[in-house]
Amino acid sequence: MYRYDEFDETFVRERVAEFRGQVARRLSGELSEEQFKPLRLMNGVYLQLHAYMLRVAIPYGTLSARQMRQLAMIARKYDKGYGHFTTRQNIQYNWPALIDVPDILDDLADVEMHSIQTSGNCIRNVTSDPYAGAAANETDDPRIWAEVIRQWSSQHPEFSFLPRKFKIAVTASDKDRAAIKVHDIGLRLYRNEDGERGFQVFVGGGLGRTPYIGERIREFLPERQLLSYLEAIMRVYNRYGRRDNKFKARIKILVSSDPDDFRRLVEEEWAKSDREKLNGPLDELLRVRRFFEPPKYENIPQTCNSLDAARARNDEFDRWVRNNVSDHRMAGYAIVNVSLKPIGKAPGDISAEAMETVADIAERYSFDEIRATHEQNLCLPHVRKADLFDVWRALDSARLATANIGLASDIIACPGLDYCDLANARSIPVAARIAERFADSDEADGIGELKIKISGCINACGHHHAGHIGILGVDKKGEEFYQITLGGSGGEDASIGEITGRSFSSSEVVDAVERLVTFYKENRTVGERFLDLYRRLGPAPFKETLYGDAAH
Amino acid sequence: MKAITANRLSDGVVVYVDAHGALVERFGDAQLFDADEADEALVRILERKGAIASAYLIDADAAGPTGRGALRETIRKSGPTVRRDLGKQAELTDERV
Ligand code: SF4
Repeated sequence: MYRYDEFDETFVRERVAEFRGQVARRLSGELSEEQFKPLRLMNGVYLQLHAYMLRVAIPYGTLSARQMRQLAMIARKYDKGYGHFTTRQNIQYNWPALIDVPDILDDLADVEMHSIQTSGNCIRNVTSDPYAGAAANETDDPRIWAEVIRQWSSQHPEFSFLPRKFKIAVTASDKDRAAIKVHDIGLRLYRNEDGERGFQVFVGGGLGRTPYIGERIREFLPERQLLSYLEAIMRVYNRYGRRDNKFKARIKILVSSDPDDFRRLVEEEWAKSDREKLNGPLDELLRVRRFFEPPKYENIPQTCNSLDAARARNDEFDRWVRNNVSDHRMAGYAIVNVSLKPIGKAPGDISAEAMETVADIAERYSFDEIRATHEQNLCLPHVRKADLFDVWRALDSARLATANIGLASDIIACPGLDYCDLANARSIPVAARIAERFADSDEADGIGELKIKISGCINACGHHHAGHIGILGVDKKGEEFYQITLGGSGGEDASIGEITGRSFSSSEVVDAVERLVTFYKENRTVGERFLDLYRRLGPAPFKETLYGDAAH
Repeated sequence: MKAITANRLSDGVVVYVDAHGALVERFGDAQLFDADEADEALVRILERKGAIASAYLIDADAAGPTGRGALRETIRKSGPTVRRDLGKQAELTDERV
């Protein structure tokens, strides 16, 4: 696993010391709030409804047990005993005191973590596939490339004052578990017909007020050309991206206004750049590859008799294996998804004790590796099949074994009006009520894959546009209402959900979702997911289900 | 009627202004102002830059926040509705919603 080098260590410690001074100057009144706010944001500190919020970066979602234990210690010592995993593979603390934040940042630095690039108009924490290094059929470990981009971009003076924040996601699989098409730049590494490795490049995806799926501006970019090509994209954005209007400043606005023209500008910029010089640092940066060496797997058979026997004996375990465990590239190993969505609780929240349980399990059974997913769950990437039963029991003891990955109750929800200063409506209680409605495991299994995503305002931190069923909280004269979108996806078949019609009151919205699911169950063909049915039938019958004749 | 609310600078905790101009944690101790007095009182509070991160007026009566922002301000006054064990509602029995 990557450990940051001396350069990073010195840089991070200096930043903490600098912030400590800034906090002291703010508390003494020397700095005004207007002067201080951009400084605290640069260090991941936001002011929410009840308290400050600290956002901590988890680069490409990878954590060690030691880091997880430190996150638990921080939750206990400085916060209220829990943390919240977000859709950006970050963790947020909801209650830190400003005066404690410099100490928290020092404690994070002790385990090579920080809050840099979690805010501001820079290239943010680069996200990746939570199954990186473990997924079957992977072309390369995408975290290597995510790290290359992190190092290249964070040392790049040209990219610290972009028109707006900038998010990059990298994957190296056919299956998109990093939502690359809803990022400013999405990269998919693959092998072409000649067996060469290169990137498919998507630009201008994003959610929020004006959602777009990224345009594929290049089908195959040889991997050696990555940095020069990214630099060309960033140059074009820096030159033509709008700085006069915050709502029009994201690269998606520039790309969507004329994708062909954008592609041409990038190609022109790229052609005239000194590619060899720009690609040069790649070799140096690729030295990080050695930190992503695969763990020392045992040579074991693919089939595991003890696992089969345990599954036959125990229905709950069998269900959990079916829903929460995925194939590993190595024989005899599996990827374990840890659900942070126990029925009725806030999606993504995890107590300090549960963090420690996950850390212990990771150390003992998963080569000391933990991943955070953009769906607000965790993942233990390298578990021997023979250990799955023990892992399940240990997770279950900490309420971490809900067998609902990808199902109706595996809901993404932003903090919403229970915490967030920008919210129009609450998200978590709606998620909890929907999860309770679909809590019956047999029923949920029968419904199959269903991605429900909820945001408390148009900023779309809950990725509602990318939900098969998306729910957006709106404020109507001080009352909470919820708008439903259908047909969105953040996967390899990405699409933006379509608004169905008038919004539902808080007391109506769960019934509305249930009506949609009932319609789906009555009309699906064998193996057809909710999303597939929507794509086959189109919006009309779904609208009728929601609104009856009023839809016409 | 109006009340003045703020987030305390040092820890972000929600506070209100009482009859003596002090910052207090309980809504029950907050002073209720008429609209014209409220603006003046807010100006005085905003001068205390070293004590607060932000301050603004809310609609309120003795029972609690009112008007369009009532839900948001009730959540600030009490704590997250999904965690009754957190926020002021956990510490102050009269802050349960
Ligand atoms: S979507 Fe809106 S309400 Fe939800 S966390 Fe983001 S800004 Fe807050």
